[in-house]
Amino acid sequence: MHETMVAQSLVAIISEEAARQEGKPVGAKISCGSLNAVNDEVLCFAFEAIAKGTLCEGVRLDIEHKPLQARCRSCSRDFDVEFSHPQCPACSSGDFELLPDAPLVIEQIEFQTDGGDEED
Amino acid sequence: MKKIDVGKKILDANEKCAFENIMFLAEREKLCLNMISSPGSGKTTILARTINELKGKVRIGVIEGDIQTDIDAERIRATGAPAVQINTDGACHLSAAQIGEALKKLPIQDLDLIIIENVGNLVCPSAFELGESAKVAVLSVAEGDDKPAKYPAIFAKSKVLLINKIDLLEAGYADFDIERAKADARRLNKAIEIFPISAKTGQGMQIWYDWLLGAVKQNATQR
Repeated sequence: MHETMVAQSLVAIISEEAARQEGKPVGAKISCGSLNAVNDEVLCFAFEAIAKGTLCEGVRLDIEHKPLQARCRSCSRDFDVEFSHPQCPACSSGDFELLPDAPLVIEQIEFQTDGGDEED
Repeated sequence: MKKIDVGKKILDANEKCAFENIMFLAEREKLCLNMISSPGSGKTTILARTINELKGKVRIGVIEGDIQTDIDAERIRATGAPAVQINTDGACHLSAAQIGEALKKLPIQDLDLIIIENVGNLVCPSAFELGESAKVAVLSVAEGDDKPAKYPAIFAKSKVLLINKIDLLEAGYADFDIERAKADARRLNKAIEIFPISAKTGQGMQIWYDWLLGAVKQNATQR
């Protein structure tokens, strides 16, 4: 449900950046971790609804999910956590410390620059 | 086509407010817990009983989050403890800015511990830092022992898990394998403290009180 809040924040950030750039924003690359309760479909739906009638209308979201990482307490290796069966792939230990989950980040915004008249 | 690297945290505004809350609490040496669960797990009953039992030992203030009404704040005030109610008007979680406002409304100098009772929801509140010292998850046996496996985020992030309503289990009114719930909660979080309790009968509550007393004491001596 809080995807709406994330979408509002996205529209605000993209609009702010668009005010500094030439061209229309057409895409945004987002990355997020595994524990921040964001569902892609819900976020895209909310974004579409909130972006309507703004500079962000039509912007395509590309969402990358980063795996949750952990550090093995036995062999100190960092590894991607598999939720159903989390264990160190190197030494099979189940004793590990979770590393901070990747935050929700807007990585990149793509702008259409139609090289045409930029006089106004 | 041109691509601009932004690298900006989307929930930056919330994180900034959460950091302000951390500083506010640290300056005043107050411990703050963020209690998260599904609706109806017994958070308010746990808090009311805890406040009553720890009277004279720990001064507790409560921030209540609900979509509507101040029913919960009233229940807390009936114990004599101060409570601030936040109504989110439909929002599924509390945000750090709301907590910042609520902290100013509590008689903070007269308190040792602030407990935030988040909006009943096992999913969204886990994604919003409020500036708390630790999260406390509550799961009642009526909800089923599969919840730690199905909703891993909150169990991965919590310091304590209270498994509530164990009186139902002993009376035969619920099927809930405590060992399974414990194992699933610990799969991602080996250090989580798990206390099976009944806030209704008081069973198991002493271990939770001891944990709270220890945490408050540790918070005071750390400074």
